[in-house]
Amino acid sequence: MNEIQHGSSDPIGAVDGHDVVSGKPIVPLGHHELRRADIDPKAAIRAERQVATMFSLSSLMIVSSIVAFIKVPNDTLVILPLFGPVNANHITVGSLLGLGIFLIGTGAIHWAKKLMPDVEVTEERHAFASSAEDKAAFGQAIRDGKAASGVGERKIIRRSLLGALALFPLPLVVFLRDLGPMPNKRLRETIWDKDIQILTDATYRPIRPEDIPIGGLVNALPANLLKIEEEDGNLNERGKASIILIRMAPADIVSQQGEGWDYQGILAYSKICTHVGCPISLYQQRTHHLLCPCHQSTFDLADSGNVVFGPAARRMPQLPITVNAQGYLVAASGFKEPIGPSFWERG
Amino acid sequence: MALSRRHPAAVFAVLAIALGTTGAAYAAVSASTAPKQVVKSATQVEQGKSLFLEGCSSCHGLAAQGSSDGPSLIGVGSAAVDFQVGSGRMPLAGPAVQAVSKPSQYSESEIAALAAYVASVGPGPAIPTQDMLKTDGADLALGGELFRTNCSQCHSVSGKGGALSEGRWAPNLMGADGKEMYEAMVTGPQNMPIFSDKTITVEEKQAIIRYLQELQKQESPGGAALGRLGPVTEGLFLFIVGLGALIVVAVWIGAKAK
Repeated sequence: MNEIQHGSSDPIGAVDGHDVVSGKPIVPLGHHELRRADIDPKAAIRAERQVATMFSLSSLMIVSSIVAFIKVPNDTLVILPLFGPVNANHITVGSLLGLGIFLIGTGAIHWAKKLMPDVEVTEERHAFASSAEDKAAFGQAIRDGKAASGVGERKIIRRSLLGALALFPLPLVVFLRDLGPMPNKRLRETIWDKDIQILTDATYRPIRPEDIPIGGLVNALPANLLKIEEEDGNLNERGKASIILIRMAPADIVSQQGEGWDYQGILAYSKICTHVGCPISLYQQRTHHLLCPCHQSTFDLADSGNVVFGPAARRMPQLPITVNAQGYLVAASGFKEPIGPSFWERG
Repeated sequence: MALSRRHPAAVFAVLAIALGTTGAAYAAVSASTAPKQVVKSATQVEQGKSLFLEGCSSCHGLAAQGSSDGPSLIGVGSAAVDFQVGSGRMPLAGPAVQAVSKPSQYSESEIAALAAYVASVGPGPAIPTQDMLKTDGADLALGGELFRTNCSQCHSVSGKGGALSEGRWAPNLMGADGKEMYEAMVTGPQNMPIFSDKTITVEEKQAIIRYLQELQKQESPGGAALGRLGPVTEGLFLFIVGLGALIVVAVWIGAKAK
């Protein structure tokens, strides 16, 4: 910290000691204006009392919050303007405790502003670079060390050390490999397969084609999911295999991902967005658009599930369906492409 | 100190007005009409036909077959008419991406006549009977599960509705009555898909309706629910009130003491 010498010349942006923009006089560095509490002992005492009042009020609030916590009923609603009905206990305890902590802060700041020394101090910047002597000394230390250790001449030591250092990261690779099983085909496959029955989600009933009117939507799951969940309670398969069934007039279908993958206008699509995997069934039956609420990716289910808007990079995978001998809807095969978001190995 | 203290105060005033307006808007609850039996008599169909020719045929065609201005009504059933006309969505006030709910233009008997006529041109979902709308014994937990599986994607988990694509939206269900909910599920108004009685049975629909009616009764013990829209309104509130308060405090801390 140094005293700054002030020259007669104006600082940049100033004319005749005035700011060029606002025209106000510029307070020169080193100029110090005294506060009322610095001049008038009465003002100092007043400020002292104000700070003490804030701290005392804070103590009162904090103790009151404990009393309120015990005494104010927490099954009563009180109506506050703007906030509406709120729990009497919560709002009282919260307000008292909040105010108590707030007053400690305001008291401390008021104390610092009014009574603590407020002398302006300046601190000069220093160059970041080391001095030339320091740099030379450092270089010399490295050279001395090299010469003393003889790393240049003792080739056998040097080579064995390099070998050890090169092998050092190897255990890390092996240990990290052990962190979990490789995904293998699990990202590419779901439990859907040929002749797997399609069930309604949440109620697990088989579905007949005539149950779905044109414009209808059914959130559905594969029947073999129930067995898997019973065995190991794993929700991953449910997350991957969720589908939606929709029905549109066959004439409205512009294209699908495979010949005859629909059943009389009933189409089955994955419910998992190809962007980052949100489950989506925001199906608009007149436009045939499927909207993802997370990032507004929009798929045209009348046209192969192609992306018509948003960040999704791939179409929504379609599941080929048909009916079984009993007349219930079943999958004609598994998904022909990976469902859900893209992944590294997908290519 | 050139900074005026009026700025933060103005922020609070604007916020108070905005919150008040939002509250008033949400307080507006649409009037509900009691479901009633539709007696299909020949004269009622005749009356419905003349009402249809007068008020609906310019868009939906002289024989309800539809035109470039409006879809065919053959097979939509009496439930669709009761929903669309009863909630004031039809007749449309003007071309729009979506019909909005407004006071109905027709009396109850006129709606019943229109419904009887449209039901006569092709079979479709009928107006639910009082019996179908009974929710006393409905399974509340099942209703919640079905709502979250089939409805919450568009109408939001709080039933407050939500945005769809191209300016469309799923309406707020907090003012809807049981009959409207039932009719919407079986007829699929506008862009809503149809949830037939085969894939979601009558009992399951009753469970969904009971769940929504329980949601409608929910208080907000945490104070202002801010529309129950989640992070959008809550974030805006914190942005204005929370950051506003921080700015006020920062200005006070930075102000030089006299």
